[in-house]
Amino acid sequence: MTLRAVLVGILALTVVAGPSVARVQAAGEIFIPLLVYRTGPYAPNGIPIANGASDYFTLVNERDGGINTVKIAFEECEDQYDTKQGVECYERLKAKNPVLVNPYSTGITYQLIPKAPVDKIVVHSMGYGMTATADGRWFPWVFNFPMTYWSQASAFVKYVAQQEGGMDKLKGKKIAHIFHNSPYGKEANPTLEDLARRHAFELTLLAVDHPGQEQKATWLQIRRLNPDWIYISGWGVMNQVAVKEAGSIGVKMDRVVGNWWTGTETDVIPAGDAAKGYKSMAFTAPGAEFKVHQDIFKHVYDKGKGAYGNDRAKVGEVLYNRMVVNAMLNVEAIRTAMTKYGNKPLTGEQVRWGFENLNITDKRLEELGMKGMMRPLRVTCENHEGNGLAFVQQWDGKKWNVVSDWIEPIRDVVRPKLEAEAVAEAKKLNYTMRDCAKEK
Amino acid sequence: MAFFFDLFVNGLMIGSMYALVALGFVLIYKATSVVNFAQGDLVMFGGYIAAALVVLYKLPLAVALPVLLGSMIALGFIVERGVLRPMVGQNVISVVMVTIGLSQVFQGSAAMLWGAQTKNIPLPIPLEPYVIWEIYISPVNLVAALVSGVFLVAFVWFFRKSRMGIAMRATANDQQAAMAVGINVRFIFALSWAIAGLAAALGGVLWGNLIGVDTQLALVGLKVFPAVILGGLDSVPGAVVGGLIIGAVESVAAGYVDPYVGGGTKDFLPYVLMILALMVRPYGFFGREIIERV
Repeated sequence: MTLRAVLVGILALTVVAGPSVARVQAAGEIFIPLLVYRTGPYAPNGIPIANGASDYFTLVNERDGGINTVKIAFEECEDQYDTKQGVECYERLKAKNPVLVNPYSTGITYQLIPKAPVDKIVVHSMGYGMTATADGRWFPWVFNFPMTYWSQASAFVKYVAQQEGGMDKLKGKKIAHIFHNSPYGKEANPTLEDLARRHAFELTLLAVDHPGQEQKATWLQIRRLNPDWIYISGWGVMNQVAVKEAGSIGVKMDRVVGNWWTGTETDVIPAGDAAKGYKSMAFTAPGAEFKVHQDIFKHVYDKGKGAYGNDRAKVGEVLYNRMVVNAMLNVEAIRTAMTKYGNKPLTGEQVRWGFENLNITDKRLEELGMKGMMRPLRVTCENHEGNGLAFVQQWDGKKWNVVSDWIEPIRDVVRPKLEAEAVAEAKKLNYTMRDCAKEK
Repeated sequence: MAFFFDLFVNGLMIGSMYALVALGFVLIYKATSVVNFAQGDLVMFGGYIAAALVVLYKLPLAVALPVLLGSMIALGFIVERGVLRPMVGQNVISVVMVTIGLSQVFQGSAAMLWGAQTKNIPLPIPLEPYVIWEIYISPVNLVAALVSGVFLVAFVWFFRKSRMGIAMRATANDQQAAMAVGINVRFIFALSWAIAGLAAALGGVLWGNLIGVDTQLALVGLKVFPAVILGGLDSVPGAVVGGLIIGAVESVAAGYVDPYVGGGTKDFLPYVLMILALMVRPYGFFGREIIERV
């Protein structure tokens, strides 16, 4: 064989094997594809997310021998946070019989929603994606627990009210929403507009165009407006610049609150001291002091299998923890399904039942070493958002600290809007509403 | 009116930073006729080196800055010698594809060497903004504008008055004639890449301080195109004027038009200007009109 033939052979094998294979599926395993973006413009956010998933699934395999002895096989596919590439990844990995997928992109989620019932693969978009899919009667295959963008926006308004002394104190207050000029960024607007009408606060909406590296004009408008509170729905470089600009025009940083995608280490570190006091919404606690982290160090990193290699300092960052919780919820949904269908590799339909009957109690969180890392959660056929709560965290210049109690969203405002939206969205897909009474 | 001047002045300051990036682009095009799609990535690489020196290796800024400038000048030389020189004589598309490839190499290698996580370049600049005649000026932007301005003036002087600068102009005008009078054209090519590296280093520090250092820093390169087309692809003063115009137009449009249309004008208006400029003056406001016998 000539050298050229050997090289061509190696190249062909590389192409066939694809990128970054973590653990390839074998018989008797349950397969979970990981759509990741370790490269491209959003890599600073994609890396901790990908590592959180990889570390938690490895932990379950190493510490427990899998989910009730059924090992998890997982494989990464790089999508660069690009919708087209993400869908390609999904289609390629579909051949391995996945039971669920975490798209980790609102754009990819929208593309996978119509595919889910056809392919019988659960879509879990945790805290992102299409808010309307929280109505499980219309969207049985899509789950967005523990919270949606709309619930988050209402929790933010509730937090502002708490700080101001009550809901009645919102009257006349000025709130500005600075948002990424995309469907994701605009998602909170209808809820904020509704709440502005109900509570008579003055809402100003300011769009920042992608990618958002230059926002001077937006912040000069903020200075002119002089709002009492600022809410930011950003992503990527927009967040870093927004936090820095807020600091540079002298805004009180403890009155600037990002949504939960605008509150990571990546968003505040570039701003240096200007970011001190900046707040963000969150539904998973930051830090590496939870028991699950000690387990991850012991069973994953000490064995040289950690996704960060020797760099343990990044374990416990905001997005890492969020994905650890996401992976845990995936595992527990599968475990729930096993209570009905047995400890064996399951089908997507069986896992869907597990998602719909997921009940994470305080006791279970303690057993998992995650007590305090998230709130107990219960999912039902009707409610795929679950009963999640949010809290507010604050950057002190070195780390994020939790600075509020858990905040209940204003569900009586959000839920009716969500149900109306679900009808509209489901009609576009020619879905019919199912009767949850018959599912019990 | 105060709001208009607020937007205008802040836009000009941002524009001067665009001009710095555009300068590197124009310089390479003028001297070597290469359309460098990796200019934004060179800026990003400069930012990464600066962040690595200051944050990872804990060098004081006074030491880190000369090391950075030296490294980026060397990188410019290496890129020209190792990648672009073998492409001399190849068609334009091949050379463009090489620079696109280079941009990916810069992004990938920066992330591999120093990690994809966003880094800060701490500069000893106060946070508290200055307010002059109701115009809000953030010290970071002011320093960035001043540094850009000083570099641009120094470079224009170098280009017009220094022996080496005149040799660069001669090469840009006619490579064969330059060779005939004894100018080392290959060295001039390398020198133009080195100066582009220097501009990218400064751009990397200034933009990196403003928006953080990660692979997204390369996106500042996108603003180069409307700026250089407006000013003229082969004009150094054009790069400066183009950058300033783009910065000011973006800022004023975002302040006055965006609130009524829900955003987006800031992004497309520079390109509308670019198209108009191409229609009225295909070679840009300051570009050299080339008349060829066919």
